[in-house]
Amino acid sequence: MSTMKTLHFTLNGEAVIAQAPPHWNLVELLQNRFSLFGARESCGQGLCGCCTVLVDGQAVSGCLSLAARVDGADVRTIEAVEPTDDGLDDVQRAFIESGAFQCGFCTPGFVLMTRQLLDEHPQPSDDEIRHYLSGNLCRCAAYPEIVAAVRLAARGRAAQDR
Amino acid sequence: MNAPHGAVGQSVRRLEGRAKVTGRAPYVHTLRLPGMLHAKVFRSTVAHARIRSVNTAAARALPGVHRVLIGEDIRAVMPDPHYGPAFHDQPVLALDKVRYFGEPVALVLAEDPHVAEEAAALIVADYEELTPVYDEVEAMDSKAVVHEVLRPAGTFPDLKHLQGKRDTNIALDYSLRRGDPDAAFAAADHVFEHRFRTQQVLHLPLEPFVSAAVPGEGTLTIHTASQSPSFVRIEIARLLGWPENRVRVQVPYLGGGFGAKLYIKVEAMVAAAALIVGRPVKVSLTMEEQFFTLTKHAATLRIRSAVTREGRVTARECEVWWNGGAYADIGPRITQKSGFTAPGPYDIEHVRIDSYALYTNLPPAGALRGFGIPQLVWAYESHTDMIARELGIDPVEMRRRNVLREGRPQATGTLMRDAAIEQVLERTAQRMNWSAPFDRGSGSVRRGRGIAIGFKASVSPTTSVAIVNIYADGSCALYCSTVDMGQGSDTAMAQIVAEVLGIDIERITVVHPDTDVTPYDMATLGSRSTFHMGNAVRAAAEEARGKLIALAQEVGVSVETAPIGEIFRRKYGMQAGNVVGSGSFVPAYTPTDHHTGQSDNVTPFWMIGATGVEVEVDTETGQVTVARLVNVGDAGRAINPAIVETQLSGAAIMQLGFTMTEKMQFRDGQCVNPSLADYRIPGILDIPAVIDNELVDATQSSGPFGAKGVGESGTFGVSPAIASAIEDAVGVRLTSLPITAEAVLRALRERQGRPLQAE
Repeated sequence: MSTMKTLHFTLNGEAVIAQAPPHWNLVELLQNRFSLFGARESCGQGLCGCCTVLVDGQAVSGCLSLAARVDGADVRTIEAVEPTDDGLDDVQRAFIESGAFQCGFCTPGFVLMTRQLLDEHPQPSDDEIRHYLSGNLCRCAAYPEIVAAVRLAARGRAAQDR
Repeated sequence: MNAPHGAVGQSVRRLEGRAKVTGRAPYVHTLRLPGMLHAKVFRSTVAHARIRSVNTAAARALPGVHRVLIGEDIRAVMPDPHYGPAFHDQPVLALDKVRYFGEPVALVLAEDPHVAEEAAALIVADYEELTPVYDEVEAMDSKAVVHEVLRPAGTFPDLKHLQGKRDTNIALDYSLRRGDPDAAFAAADHVFEHRFRTQQVLHLPLEPFVSAAVPGEGTLTIHTASQSPSFVRIEIARLLGWPENRVRVQVPYLGGGFGAKLYIKVEAMVAAAALIVGRPVKVSLTMEEQFFTLTKHAATLRIRSAVTREGRVTARECEVWWNGGAYADIGPRITQKSGFTAPGPYDIEHVRIDSYALYTNLPPAGALRGFGIPQLVWAYESHTDMIARELGIDPVEMRRRNVLREGRPQATGTLMRDAAIEQVLERTAQRMNWSAPFDRGSGSVRRGRGIAIGFKASVSPTTSVAIVNIYADGSCALYCSTVDMGQGSDTAMAQIVAEVLGIDIERITVVHPDTDVTPYDMATLGSRSTFHMGNAVRAAAEEARGKLIALAQEVGVSVETAPIGEIFRRKYGMQAGNVVGSGSFVPAYTPTDHHTGQSDNVTPFWMIGATGVEVEVDTETGQVTVARLVNVGDAGRAINPAIVETQLSGAAIMQLGFTMTEKMQFRDGQCVNPSLADYRIPGILDIPAVIDNELVDATQSSGPFGAKGVGESGTFGVSPAIASAIEDAVGVRLTSLPITAEAVLRALRERQGRPLQAE
């Protein structure tokens, strides 16, 4: 139907090229062209955080970002493999350890936002944690466990830095 | 034998943790099939009408559209295209009538979902509008009739008397009679009567409804985000007139369910479409469309009690009207199975209950975490506090004087067993420091506290079947159709296998529901899995262990000392073979008497949950902050205490949303806030600063290793505890949900004699 646009960008550290129609959002691009399903469209309004993707280091709502806009950008998703022995980073490990998820549909968004939070505030207060993650929704309401996981991950990072 | 890692009672990490934190866990959402068409639904824009015509010409003409289906087209593969667990009342696509705003009327199929969406917007339907009915009490004797004739599915004996009934919106009238209420009311020191209302809300799992169907040679495979794969297979096979074995239903992980993804939702429309066009068809509903699919019953509740001077309740009368919306779904079961607990967990000699399932022209209502119990607890616990306040009795003391104790008969006549009601009440009071002085705040911020307790009977009789397959290296697989939608059932079931077989949980795989592979299970609902499937899994593992012991004897080794692999090698000469055990479970049950509602065995187990809250109320704005939330439950002996705790608090926070903010707003039958922007669910900023969870020390003697279900117990007491805490803080009593700041402010201003203008 519509004219395809050719996009050149970096995806999880690798240079990629993809064809996408101009009306696709970033979630569609990642799912349809790269079979990356960790960013999921849920509310379609940028309110739930399930579709969180990092574009040039900033968290964006993939459902509200036009695919065409990642041309030339650095895109990172939850599937970016971390350079650790078990393939998990401190945040992911802390989420498992704290039981900070139930159905798991929102979890990639929370993990990405938590990473960004800890990059900016290595030792966040509970208030900072809550405000930073207030754009992510969890219908299973694992919120108390998520706050505990963020604290645990912060301690884990601090221990590594020493 | 040392306890293996992951044995029963250990708070081991979830089996699927890694898959979920890396974003790699499979959901139907992620499924892509070769040659797949995307379906988009065209929906009704009126609440009640006869369909004159549906014009699909422009949609069909749009390039890229493969096919457009309307209701009558479905008959090509499903001669009578009506489905439903209690009534065969819901058409796959509307036929002669539409009964609610948002009802599916046509289906567009295209390779590109955007094309399908554009085409759906080109469809035009012409309606002859009919008078609608929206209110559940009006529906009792309204001239507007949603269904001309009632068609019970035949599954439930207590619906049979409704077969063929005309000109009524009553989809079930359940009644219970115990003792002589009239005499007790006549002799009472005090009589109290109150009326309560709950609003229509919805489950809102973050993964909306999604299903895909793949036609084969005389077969059909359905991939669906469903809590009830066995039901989907049986119901789709019935609609097609096929034997069960030709329909295969597979379910990976679910992105939340909460009761929404039960029975048939979008499975029938993809099944019919795939068979009609001979290609795979997938439908992924949007968040907005969830508001047009399934909701939680709004309800009106009237409750009247005869009470002695000392605060003993001697008689209680309950009338409940359940707003079931346009299709019955499982509403009639809620009306009965929850209806019989309407008087609350209290020892009351004389009881009268009338509980009505009603059709209206609103989106259908079904099961939602608690199955009607939170609505009932809202009424009976608010009522209990209002009585206590009138009589000047402390709310906890009022409950102590009436609580239903072990061995005493519940309203149905069933004797209470393994129901730690007293213990849950006392532990909640202790955690709240109930007898200690309480800071009541000052100035415009006032503080109050409240407590509430509820109970639920597990749905019965239902069946679960499980298979345990031990491999030749000593690892093993568990086949069961319980759906892990976030509650952690995979982990809990594997723990039961680990316990019985004495092998570490890491060596156990849980095979996800696939009706060609995993055996029958009634469904994952009503907190039934730990108890029912848990008992089946335990039986299957015990049978496998028995066979392994026999095999060890046969080859001359002891199962206690020889590694499992050694037993297989001795038998088969190499790493080969299997040991398979199976188990099934169906509890004993006595149906309730049609006239009296009495039964000597109405449920296999009782769930108990209590809530304590401390609130702060801003008297200038009506804003309510829940500062502390205490959740106490009876889960028997928990299989995995950490996961149980997340169930308790997760359920309570969900109910906090239903209490404080969530409400589907309707205008002429149209839901006008169908989005997360306009329908606010709890976020991380809404959770109370302090949340305490506790499981009382209890055992369910008939449960697997003493365990029972707990997925709903945290919801029970939240709403009335908050309403009571608000009255405690500022002296106003809210009897309708949700308790918004506006509602509180209106009540405050009303009491001050300077009411706010009406809306």
